[in-house]
Amino acid sequence: MRHLMSPLDFSVEELGKLLDLASDIEKNPVKYAHACDGKVLATLFYEPSTRTRLSFESAMIHLGGQVLGFSSAASSSAAKGESVSDTIRMISCYADICAMRHPKEGAPMVATAVSSIPVINAGDGGHQHPTQTLTDLMTIRSLKGRLDHLTIGLCGDLKFGRTVHSLINALVRYEDISFVFISPEELRIPGYIREDVLDEKGVPYQEVERLEDVIGGLDLLYMTRVQRERFFNEEDYVRLKDFYILDKAKMALAGPDMLVLHPLPRVNEISVEVDSDPRAAYFKQVQYGVYVRMALILTLLEVNV
Amino acid sequence: MASILNVGRIAEGFVLDHIQAGKSMEIYKYLNLDKLDCTVAIIKNARSAKMGKKDIMKIECPIDYIDLEVLGFIDHNITVNIVKDEEIVEKMALTLPKEIRNIVRCRNPRCITSIEQELDHVFLLTNEEKEIYRCKYCEEKYKKK
Repeated sequence: MRHLMSPLDFSVEELGKLLDLASDIEKNPVKYAHACDGKVLATLFYEPSTRTRLSFESAMIHLGGQVLGFSSAASSSAAKGESVSDTIRMISCYADICAMRHPKEGAPMVATAVSSIPVINAGDGGHQHPTQTLTDLMTIRSLKGRLDHLTIGLCGDLKFGRTVHSLINALVRYEDISFVFISPEELRIPGYIREDVLDEKGVPYQEVERLEDVIGGLDLLYMTRVQRERFFNEEDYVRLKDFYILDKAKMALAGPDMLVLHPLPRVNEISVEVDSDPRAAYFKQVQYGVYVRMALILTLLEVNV
Repeated sequence: MASILNVGRIAEGFVLDHIQAGKSMEIYKYLNLDKLDCTVAIIKNARSAKMGKKDIMKIECPIDYIDLEVLGFIDHNITVNIVKDEEIVEKMALTLPKEIRNIVRCRNPRCITSIEQELDHVFLLTNEEKEIYRCKYCEEKYKKK
């Protein structure tokens, strides 16, 4: 039995197979419509997350399975003080697979120690969010046709954004990848990513402040939100929140095939006027998120269609 | 001042030599020596040709009494001499343990170890060259100081 805790749990080869399956689901949804008949997915969300929870539920329903769960710690027995270990032992009797989001880092890993069903980490604090990374990889591969030979721009909050760190870790495993990090000084990529990941693997990168200077050379632009809760004072947040706003004028400087991705929700870092640009891929990303979660559920349940 | 300080021979136990000066009390704590019924001599700031200053510990106890694996985590340059019948019978080489359990606690307040009932605090060696340990659950780096 396998679980998914980190995007690196899958080898490049395994990831290729998972994405192939997700692409096949996209092309032939009817073929998979009853693949999980009689199976139950438990969504254990100790903190609210509309997008991720609904994406998992949509994935299971599209596979013909059923869904049960809770969407906040207050509505679960965690409010009575039940441990993660005890909860997962109980859930193992009710469901065939579960997706867990928890504010404490490593909580899903605690669950794997006693669980008799596959556990998917659906986000544990600021630590990992592997299905977001799978979604990003699926979007890139589907729309670009490859995961190698890419120049990727990452823009915004590169210091605290876990999706950015996970995506870098996942992409450095492919050939000829280079990064352009676009952020204000205060939100630069952390030292351990530079030293332990990029320098260690000899991956080329540059760090700049102005998006306009580099957007023309990118295959992909991954925008992120500056999160209010990461700042100790309001003044810094206000100063940095509108540091980058992607609008039509900046998009005019980009190449015709450059894709714009965003893990969503966006606040105002991408102007609404960009939504109709064919290069804007962030809403397609949401759809790919369902396909890749369907593929993940099938893979972990070892269901062959 | 005498250059040699004699602290009687031990019949059975350990002599820990080449401890970085000032670290002996830390080792005393990690080995739980305060809770064990054994005689311990701690020599601090002894002169050393190799190190300038060093600490030495002599622990008199049955040799299966103490788990010394944690010493590799604290400082793998320590020399461990195993003594039986007042003679050094073995010099043990220390290596960095791959995993340490309930020796140090994860200090990340966002880690599940901060709330989950009776959950072991486990650190894994993730980079042998740089001697980096990370929490098994949240991957927070353990900082010795």
